[in-house]
Amino acid sequence: MYSFDMERPTSVADAVKALARDEAQPLGGGQTLIPTLKQRLAAPSVLVSLSGIAEMKGVCKTDDGRLSIGGGTTHAMVARNAGDIPGLASLAANIGDPAVRNRGTIGGSLANNDPSACYPAAALATGATVITNSREIAADDYFEGMFATALEEGEIITEIRIPVPEKSAYMKFEQPASRFALVGVFVAKFSDGVRVAVTGASEEGVFRWTEAEEALSANFAPEAVDGLSVSGDGMISDLHGSGAYRAHLVGVMTKRAVAAAS
Amino acid sequence: MPKDHGIGASPKRREDVRFLTGAGNYTDDINIHGQAYVHFLRSDVAHGTIKSIDTSEAEKMPGVVKIFTGADFEGVGGIPCGWQVTDKDGAPMKEPAHPVLAQGKVRHVGDPYAAVVADSLEQARTAAEAIVADIEELPAVVDMGKALEPGATKVHDDLDDNLCYDWLFGTDTETTQAAFESAAHVTTLELVNNRLVANPMEPRVAVGEFSRANGEHTLHTTSQNPHVIRLLMGAFVLGIPEHKLRVVAPDVGGGFGTKIFHYAEEAFCTFAAKACNRPVKWTSTRSEAFMSDAHGRDHVTKIELALDKDNNFIGVRTDTKANMGAYLSTFASSVPTWLHGTLMAGNYKTPAVQVNVKAVFTNTVPVDAYRGAGRPEATFQLERVIDKAARELNVDPIRLRRQNFVTEFPYETPVAVAYDTGDYHATMDKMEELIDIPGFAARRAASEKNGKLRGLGINCFIEACGIAPSNLVGQLGARAGLYDAATVRVNATGSISVMVGAHSHGQGHETVFPQVVAEMLGIDESMIDIVHGDTSKIPFGMGTYGSRSLAVCGSAMVRATEKIINKAKKIAGHMLEASDSDIELKDGQFSVAGTDKSVAWGDVTLAAYVPHNYPLEDIEPGLEETAFYDPANFTYPAGAYACEVEVDPDTGKVTIEKFVSADDFGNVVNPMIVEGQVHGGIAQGIGQALLENCAYDENGQLLSASYMDYAMPRADDIPHMESYVVDHSCQTPCTHNPLGVKGCGEAGAIGSPPTVVNAVIDALHSGGHAHVSHIDMPVTPSRVWAAINDQ
Ligand SMILES: Cc1cc2nc3c(=O)[nH]c(=O)nc-3n(C[C@H](O)[C@H](O)[C@H](O)COP(=O)(O)OP(=O)(O)OC[C@H]3O[C@@H](n4cnc5c(N)ncnc54)[C@H](O)[C@@H]3O)c2cc1C
Repeated sequence: MYSFDMERPTSVADAVKALARDEAQPLGGGQTLIPTLKQRLAAPSVLVSLSGIAEMKGVCKTDDGRLSIGGGTTHAMVARNAGDIPGLASLAANIGDPAVRNRGTIGGSLANNDPSACYPAAALATGATVITNSREIAADDYFEGMFATALEEGEIITEIRIPVPEKSAYMKFEQPASRFALVGVFVAKFSDGVRVAVTGASEEGVFRWTEAEEALSANFAPEAVDGLSVSGDGMISDLHGSGAYRAHLVGVMTKRAVAAAS
Repeated sequence: MPKDHGIGASPKRREDVRFLTGAGNYTDDINIHGQAYVHFLRSDVAHGTIKSIDTSEAEKMPGVVKIFTGADFEGVGGIPCGWQVTDKDGAPMKEPAHPVLAQGKVRHVGDPYAAVVADSLEQARTAAEAIVADIEELPAVVDMGKALEPGATKVHDDLDDNLCYDWLFGTDTETTQAAFESAAHVTTLELVNNRLVANPMEPRVAVGEFSRANGEHTLHTTSQNPHVIRLLMGAFVLGIPEHKLRVVAPDVGGGFGTKIFHYAEEAFCTFAAKACNRPVKWTSTRSEAFMSDAHGRDHVTKIELALDKDNNFIGVRTDTKANMGAYLSTFASSVPTWLHGTLMAGNYKTPAVQVNVKAVFTNTVPVDAYRGAGRPEATFQLERVIDKAARELNVDPIRLRRQNFVTEFPYETPVAVAYDTGDYHATMDKMEELIDIPGFAARRAASEKNGKLRGLGINCFIEACGIAPSNLVGQLGARAGLYDAATVRVNATGSISVMVGAHSHGQGHETVFPQVVAEMLGIDESMIDIVHGDTSKIPFGMGTYGSRSLAVCGSAMVRATEKIINKAKKIAGHMLEASDSDIELKDGQFSVAGTDKSVAWGDVTLAAYVPHNYPLEDIEPGLEETAFYDPANFTYPAGAYACEVEVDPDTGKVTIEKFVSADDFGNVVNPMIVEGQVHGGIAQGIGQALLENCAYDENGQLLSASYMDYAMPRADDIPHMESYVVDHSCQTPCTHNPLGVKGCGEAGAIGSPPTVVNAVIDALHSGGHAHVSHIDMPVTPSRVWAAINDQ
């Protein structure tokens, strides 16, 4: 690790100020960033820890019935407190191991936008809104490809606001080594339609499978997906599976998510 | 009633108290006043010419003590190989130079070419970034087949090609050919034994020290065999005589073979400590471990099995390419030959067995012994091809094996070894009982109801442990003897320190070895401690690998304890005014046979050190004895394993529902520890079968260079304990060592991979995927899916 300064603000306003310093970077749970620093792959001059900011933590219902999750909320807290969206709670409960879940945050995960991370599928499938210190960004506009998001330099995810679906489920087929998603599918059924988001599979990062959404909006049953397929072109192909395999798993995991939705 | 002490009891592992409470003393816990830290610069290309290394800026950086490159090691020896294999034409194997730091060329990703010693590790790393190395990338050879093609890029320019040796062994070609020509059926299988990274929990560490006061070097290192390191590094690399070199391997957090070998980093730290006049410490990162610890396995094999019309095995022929990596690691050459070819007869009385192994240099990390070393590779091929033959001939795989078992012992195989004892039907019977063969159909039906395919896989194995008779291995090319040694030091008050050459790095020697001595002397185990892992404290020792510790070093300990008993009886006889031939030792009391006269163990030991009333004219005071033990033969543990898997045909995912093992380890000293060894070994084998894959791309970049891509088995990858039964009740004691033990450390890792793959193939066939005759390990979901779908 290169040496760096550390700031521990207790309010979003102070964090934003600290992040104005040259080469400053926010630190969430550190589950991604700390290993990166240890390998000397990043060299921020200041780390601004967000973990002391109380207003960024916790899960509650908003007046309009959406679920509000603070950007600094850990995976463990989401697993415990997001029961209104069972798919989300179980997604969080299956990230990494207890140490990762007790440190890692939803804001950190969404900011990082790893192409194999789980939360992006939940955010996109539910049509969530990413709220930062300066604006609100619809999930459909937020994800811009592998490790790329609409966030500006120094912008902090303070909250994620999520419409509560009637039914939801997340099915992750684990990459055998990392146990991130080789393919993960989040299905959310609302009164006005179904949204399906896929993570782990595409070279473009998380995406919506609109064909399945249409079929499932007409008939929310696993069979509705029969005969549908995504193309293996543009899918990640690596040691753990070809693009064709991932494309196949998108169908399997979607059906299983529909069957499991509650 | 199970025994509660001595041989056959299962006391809890005494060493675990310190390991589990953070009181262990691992090499990384050793910090010596004034120590400096080394950071190695490692090649990030698989093959390249070192044009220049400019260290001038780095040398001026804060904290830098000294920077080393290959040039500093000119005139110093290279890392040696401990086993000379002879080519089929009688020529010695090719032994390219392996400098401590690369000279002229780098030959694999991770090959160290420079080293920065600094006051702190971070300073060393920062200075390393200021070193300008001009390394011109060359084409790399990674695939063994391509490496052997004429005109292939050469890993070592001074060799003719990339062939280390071409070894032909066993039955002569004519006889073997005749067997195949007379066969009613021949089954052929081509397969890969996947390259693995050992991944002990504790990465390697080395701390070098030099005393200007007495010219003595000390190396603290994560080693399975400190005396071997002293021998190799002292004699071949640095030219330090034994009495000026101490090697200490304190608590070591797992080895699995990869800590047997002498590594460049050890020689570097020892050398640099003198050159810098400061202790020098290196702690491997996990990333460095992936690209510098010797890897395991990596064989590509074609095996043929010939059967007569009655399904008797009449011939086995194998053609194997074994990856050596870029340099020959310490025992690399022996693994695919003497630890692999000699096991190709398996449990079967096949009259003709011929093994051909081509060892190949590639631009990859060196490959060497890994839990089982050669024997898992042998078992995997043989048991896979037998399973395939059973399927082709439509015969029961258990019956086919039983029909061909060796049943008379001793049995001289066509591949140089002689099995002293065994009962393969007994372990097969036990396995059949444990897996519940009659209940399988119902379990398969239940799985099918859930949309899963269920398969049953079985497997037999034999291994050669208790390594090894020195005269035999000497003929086979070993450059060392493979005996072991123990000193039993009885103190005045009767407590005992046993200095053993075996090294415990997870095995539990500190618990087991005292059980044996306590049994022999009839005293409490708590009076006995084991001392190991320090060349200055133990007489000598070849260390721990090849399931040899109890069979070889334990036997030395028994011999030394027998000497102690003999001497103590003389002392007791003197004290009791009786002839020592009339003295009996029982429950720690020496008594005169047929009388009630006795003296206690402690009285005798005290007399030995306070010899006021003592037969000084006959024997010396003191009570300390050493024995060296050289085994007469290998030991041959064997067993039968079975497993049931479920395959999810939609995803290709395999889960292990049940795994049972019936092993014959001969006598068992601590059943709990034996079961733990087998549970761990099977888990490791399941890792190889389903998960672990050390993969390179065609440019020699390591694709699985961290746990993000290298899958280790985890708790939920193995069955629940009630479905994970390990049995060692079939016992045919070894006929040639005093304890009758065979060794249990590697069995699980040897017996399990083919069991799992056989089960997967069985499952796929039950699901109508009869075209799938083999899937290479690791049998990952994507490979199963691809096999089912002909992708
Ligand atoms: C062993 C292991 C297993 C894992 N398994 C999974 C898994 O199965 N599925 C999965 O989805 N993830 C997995 N993860 C990743 C884990 O979820 C991380 O916690 C997460 O990706 C990053 O969150 P963090 O709070 O730790 O962020 P950090 O590591 O602190 O930061 C990550 C990045 O986000 C930025 N950042 C952090 N917080 C904010 C914020 N509020 N606003 C703006 N930018 C911010 C940082 O500057 C940095 O660039 C795993 C991690 C580990 C170590």
